[in-house]
Amino acid sequence: MFDSRGLKPLAFKIKRWNGSDLAAKKNENKFVQLIDCAYICNQSVANNMRRDIYQAIADPTRRAILTLLAVHAMTPNALAEHFNSTRQAVSKHIQILAECEAVSQKQNGREIYYHVNANKMKEIDKWLDTFRKMWEDRFNQLDDLLSDL
Amino acid sequence: MTHETKILKDANNRQLNITREFSAPVEKVWKAWTEAELLDKWWAPKPWKTVTKSLDFKVGGFWLYCMAGPNGDKAWCRVDFTAITPGKSFDATAGFCDENGNADKSFPPMYWHNVFSATATGSKVDIELSFDNEADMAQIVGMGFKEGFTMGLGNLDELLASQ
Repeated sequence: MFDSRGLKPLAFKIKRWNGSDLAAKKNENKFVQLIDCAYICNQSVANNMRRDIYQAIADPTRRAILTLLAVHAMTPNALAEHFNSTRQAVSKHIQILAECEAVSQKQNGREIYYHVNANKMKEIDKWLDTFRKMWEDRFNQLDDLLSDL
Repeated sequence: MTHETKILKDANNRQLNITREFSAPVEKVWKAWTEAELLDKWWAPKPWKTVTKSLDFKVGGFWLYCMAGPNGDKAWCRVDFTAITPGKSFDATAGFCDENGNADKSFPPMYWHNVFSATATGSKVDIELSFDNEADMAQIVGMGFKEGFTMGLGNLDELLASQ
């Protein structure tokens, strides 16, 4: 098990690469530029991580919204009718879902319709593959160890 | 001979079932899961390394270890043993902590129920990973994804070193 602090190596690597670049070229300006770039890269990684597909499914209301939208596209008002919470609360959930790219919107006349972004939802399956890969690596190492015991 | 790792997600999203067979007898597999010097040799997927600080394998005892990354970054984990049937099964609660074993409350706990059994060709381990609720599982799910990302970077390390 690891935690989300796993992002650290990326920051470290970018800096290290820049470091060797500096040593090779001895170009102070370029170094500053690259550090800025590394900072922006890290920020953008951090922003992407702040809204990922798992946040979309982490909340029961959002899962219910996704289930409703899986059947057909709906307007925010039509969605809100299915919940006891306020329209604003439902809007907030839709906004988070949109930021996670779990849903996307289409304008139809004066109405905005939301529908499920199926490609994005597939990332969840991808995760399970990653998880399986981790256990496979682990168990293959155990196989090696067991044959030596 | 390679064995397939089977992973199933239960319908209510609160549990993952992992099954794997081994060619070795169940006694050896049990040892590999319960003794520190053996766990340190296989538990961490490459390029991470497991370093056990302490392991007291009894009900009420715990395993305190860290996953050490290639860049020197460490993630500390603590596994509390809640039930043990020697040679057959054990239950534990796993979570993140600091190096002194103080739990990191910002991460949800994960519960293990590990069952070891003999088969015609060796042994089998059935692991049930469960969570308090769906949101907790989703959080760990998200971490799994990020973990894959980190591991990808680890492989990049190897690639860079070889060039």
